[in-house]
Amino acid sequence: MEELLKILNEVKPGVDYENETDLIGHGVLDSITMVTLVLQLSDEFDVDISPVDITPENFKTVQTIYDMIQRLEDE
Amino acid sequence: MKNILEFIENSALRYPDKLAVADENGGLTYGQMVKLSRQIGAWIYEKTDGDKNKPVAVLLDKKPESVAAYMGVVYSGNFYVVLDAEMPASRAESILGTLKPVAVVTDTGHMEKAQELNSRDVQADGCQGQDAETNEVFRILNLDELDAEADQSALETVRKRTIDTDPVYALFTSGSTGVPKGAVVSHRNVISYTYWYTEAFGIDENTIFGSQTPFYFSMSVSDLYSTLKNGATLYIIPKAYFTFPMKLMEFMNTYRINTIYWVPSALQIVANYKLFQYAQLPELKKVLFAGEVMPTKPLNYWIQNLPDAMYANLFGPTETTDICTYYVVDRKFADDEPLPMGRACNNCDVFVLDENGREVSPEINPETGFSREGELYARGSFVALGYFGNAEKTREAFVQNPLNPNYPELVYKTGDLVKYNRYGELVYVCRKDYQIKHMGYRIELGEIEAAAGAIDGIRSYACVYDDAADKILFIYEGKKKDETELLKAFQKRVPHYMEPNRFVRVTSMPHNANGKIDRKRLKAEYAQH
Repeated sequence: MEELLKILNEVKPGVDYENETDLIGHGVLDSITMVTLVLQLSDEFDVDISPVDITPENFKTVQTIYDMIQRLEDE
Repeated sequence: MKNILEFIENSALRYPDKLAVADENGGLTYGQMVKLSRQIGAWIYEKTDGDKNKPVAVLLDKKPESVAAYMGVVYSGNFYVVLDAEMPASRAESILGTLKPVAVVTDTGHMEKAQELNSRDVQADGCQGQDAETNEVFRILNLDELDAEADQSALETVRKRTIDTDPVYALFTSGSTGVPKGAVVSHRNVISYTYWYTEAFGIDENTIFGSQTPFYFSMSVSDLYSTLKNGATLYIIPKAYFTFPMKLMEFMNTYRINTIYWVPSALQIVANYKLFQYAQLPELKKVLFAGEVMPTKPLNYWIQNLPDAMYANLFGPTETTDICTYYVVDRKFADDEPLPMGRACNNCDVFVLDENGREVSPEINPETGFSREGELYARGSFVALGYFGNAEKTREAFVQNPLNPNYPELVYKTGDLVKYNRYGELVYVCRKDYQIKHMGYRIELGEIEAAAGAIDGIRSYACVYDDAADKILFIYEGKKKDETELLKAFQKRVPHYMEPNRFVRVTSMPHNANGKIDRKRLKAEYAQH
């Protein structure tokens, strides 16, 4: 989780990620930020995030992103 | 033909029940578009006491009804200015301060914002209100309270008085000083321009556009008006779908989008996620792009995966309606080989002048493989009327044709440096103010950027010149690179005096409101002061 927060803060600083309830609806993650974030996460966690995984549900909060990574790591 | 409203009226006669502009929630057919636009036009006419050729701002989201609002403003005899509903208050104030619109058309959802801008403006302007009792600077017209029964009898009179050099809209671009400039574009501009666009890309009633660019951006003029002229259909792609790429692919296929005109960064999203591994776009036949330099590598990804589509690189400023030159990709390009911007559009002429005001010929220097460089000028019916309420900036950019001493002829000075290649096509070099002097050499930062295109693992990049330290900064997003390795890559491609002096890796490249890399911000952040 710490690692994930670190990456999020690098990709887009100045957001209170732990308390943010809707990263998409509140406009934190836009299209260009998303590309960067997905590539960073794939590199750092050595998981294969495919476009199919890039959904509003998976990227709603830090927790949902974390759950997705866990799932992908298990695969 | 003299009025852009003839586009929708003619299409409504031919295809009354065909969708003109739509999104996922439905849309307006040509018949409905004309009907609603006329109602809005009559309503605005009534509310503005028959003002003519005055600015009416439109503060709405990107949706089909917004187009009817723009057309409605034109029916009323005025011209529209699309306001970005998400723009910062300071920019909106600056635009409204220059514009002093007679009305702002909005809806219930944006009412609060409109009112806020109205009162702010009063404070900033020291109360120059038209309506002394309420202190309002402009009237706010809520589209949700549209009086559909407003008397339409005046519309024909308005139409008869309108000539083709009257304005259709003004579009604000960010000036280099930070003060937005509003290019005023006429009926004749849009009509001439749309005829060229239609012919160059074979737009017809079978065209289905997937619209990506916002209506406050000049690129949207191309897909919107070529749709309306030809009885085609324009589908508005929800902005969020560029964040969720599978949704984007689904949307394209559901609505059978066959033509797109996007900014390069949107096309790059598809390449970055390698989306063609997950979905195909069998309907897509035309891929057009403009707005910034399209890097060749992602374009090659598209061409490999969609080899039968037409690809075209369009180039031009808002001041030439949208575009002045274009190139339809007709040969292979290596990943590090820049795409040309091609030749002048039909009914638009461009020429290149060197710093002494002499015309640059397409003659090639055998050593460089290119002609000399110079500034691009455009002339003809695409050239806008000037900047609204800004005589000084208008005089600087809209000038007497330096090659014509015989009669008045205004041409637009683009501020872009270009050169010819061996095919006689124009190639973009950089903005004139992006040319620097470093170690005694005149250098175009764009050339250094072009050389970076082939470096593996770099997704996005920009060169910035740090004047104070006399250093060239290369700023990139992507895999962390060894500096020696990076330097070697540049040494292979550019002369030593053009090698970057500093490398900066950023996790996320900043972009401005139009989706272009924000070089001003990069400079502010990374250059020494």
